[in-house]
Amino acid sequence: MNNVNEIIKPGNYLMMGNEACALGAIIAGCRFFAFYPITPANEIAEYMSINLPKVGGIYIQMEDEISSIASVIGASWAGLKAMTATSGPGFTLMQENIGHAIMTETPCVIVDVQRCGPSTGTPALPMQGDVYQARHGSHGEYEIIVLAPSSVKDTFLLTIEAFNLSEKYRVPVIILSDALIGHMMENVEIPDLSSIKIVDRKKPLKLDDSQFFLSEDIAPMPTLGSGYMLHITGSTHNEKGIRNVYDPAYVNNLIYKIYAKIHKHIDDIVKIETRYLDDSKVLLLSYGSVARSALHAVKLARRIGLKVGYVRLITLWPFPEKIISNIINSVEKIIVLENNMGQIFNEVRRVSHKDIEVKFLPPDILGTIHDPLYIMNNLRKFIGE
Amino acid sequence: MYEHPLAKYFRKGVRQPFCSGCGNGIIAQCIIRAIDELKIDIRKIVFVCGIGCSGWISTFLNVDTLHTTHGRPLAFATGVKLGNPELKVIVLTGDGDGAAIGGNHLIHAARRNIEILTILVNNRIYGMTGGQVAPTTPHSMKTTTTPYGNIEYPFDLCKLVEAAGASYVARWTTFHVKQLISSIKKGLLKEGFSFIEVVSQCPIQYGKYIDVREPAKLLLMLKDLSINKDKAKTINEKELKEKIIIGEFVNKEVIGFSKAYEQLIIKVRGKIE
Repeated sequence: MNNVNEIIKPGNYLMMGNEACALGAIIAGCRFFAFYPITPANEIAEYMSINLPKVGGIYIQMEDEISSIASVIGASWAGLKAMTATSGPGFTLMQENIGHAIMTETPCVIVDVQRCGPSTGTPALPMQGDVYQARHGSHGEYEIIVLAPSSVKDTFLLTIEAFNLSEKYRVPVIILSDALIGHMMENVEIPDLSSIKIVDRKKPLKLDDSQFFLSEDIAPMPTLGSGYMLHITGSTHNEKGIRNVYDPAYVNNLIYKIYAKIHKHIDDIVKIETRYLDDSKVLLLSYGSVARSALHAVKLARRIGLKVGYVRLITLWPFPEKIISNIINSVEKIIVLENNMGQIFNEVRRVSHKDIEVKFLPPDILGTIHDPLYIMNNLRKFIGE
Repeated sequence: MYEHPLAKYFRKGVRQPFCSGCGNGIIAQCIIRAIDELKIDIRKIVFVCGIGCSGWISTFLNVDTLHTTHGRPLAFATGVKLGNPELKVIVLTGDGDGAAIGGNHLIHAARRNIEILTILVNNRIYGMTGGQVAPTTPHSMKTTTTPYGNIEYPFDLCKLVEAAGASYVARWTTFHVKQLISSIKKGLLKEGFSFIEVVSQCPIQYGKYIDVREPAKLLLMLKDLSINKDKAKTINEKELKEKIIIGEFVNKEVIGFSKAYEQLIIKVRGKIE
């Protein structure tokens, strides 16, 4: 029933970022995908609608983005790995139910193929404007995991990683792609599927075990209809799920626990990629599509003898605070490159020593990719060459 | 000591949260009685409920309950049903939850004909938030937010859901418990989208505005206001305006969405092999 080999065999394939995302999801075990059409995320849905039935999975086009994420949460509690995809405006509509998934500790994956905004904005052009929304889009206090791919192959691998983290920590995981990566075509090497690590959620072993929520070490997750008489609610609740909206002690306990289950395991969750760090005094720090230009610029700089290093954030949230502050506090200057008005830039400034110069560099024109030569020119100015 | 025959369906140590005289207690009992009479395994039923007083109907029952966001229980339930088609899914929603904020999901669940039984409790007002106007509040009625009288007109939810394509549609009041239980039994066995509207009394908020606070009187009012759908055809439109038309409006056999999807999977996989 779940034979993924019917969809793809190991080998090299030319594919689009959005297709790589859908394929990664199916390989990770995704068997429920709900969607409402939006540019530039549609190819994920098209791939899913063709291929999910082949592995016994379900594709459903819902009436809007609100119901898409809602049905994903329902399917997850019915026992399936589930995903939805969207872009900026749809992501905004999903925020309330993303909060519900956090509160009920529901594993699921949300792909945001970012476009220019606010509002309808420019549907087919890339920007990185949803970094804060991914972290703080829903109301109230919570912690979430957000990953940013920078290539088509990366999208494939990070989608699998997103499911693994989501299942492991019972938390929604957001993939923050953009129109550039989503629509780009590149080579992806599909390895032997048995070599790919797949994580499945922890399930309760015996029927009398009923502490299903609020464990710092992640409580086992039962499925609906398996005899546990579950009470699942987005309202404040205790470890058994029983609702209490009167006692502040319940709020306190809940908020701390959903934070702690992420922060206690932060070293396992966060990932970054670095190059040429050993002798660098200047760093280019970026993520997502921008990181490709940044790496190119670093290589150009090295060619002319400039000691420039490269840092790419793979995990945006929780912000890799410890790793980043360790790296950046050993250099003199940092340039943060983003295709926005400086969202991660603020985080980098927050964790850097006061004597370190931190500069922000958006592309020449927002919504376009940073030209490596433009980065070089600014780098030269910045280091006074 | 004598234990109530339905006591096994209640969650120990959890109190029912409703105001005295609320219709939700009657509706909870009707649902439980229907399940008990059909001898369906309660462990294979999932209750998905929205926000509002009606969303609490299953919280004191010892059942699988997914308490969702305002207006969205049908969308969550769609995922539950497709995730495991062997489960019976009951959505509990109110007139604000299901017909205002969740109106879009209601018509699309009916159109899709997904195998979900929806019980919509219509007390014709926003009870939990203090008595604001609802999409089902009668014309010209005063509420907290229509101090000069409601200038809008109420929804006929059964007509709406019928037009959208549901397989089973019925309306009763909390006075008509026998009919309601029978309808719930039919809805539970139906293959397709089933919708039962229950017009219910709210002695606190609605009662405040019509100046009738006694639950028994409110129930008798519901009885007097009700008219069977067949009899309704014989009286003129003006007289009918004040009435609650009750009865079974739709009962047809159309393949449900999850069943149709299973067939699609078999078809697609057949081509591969």
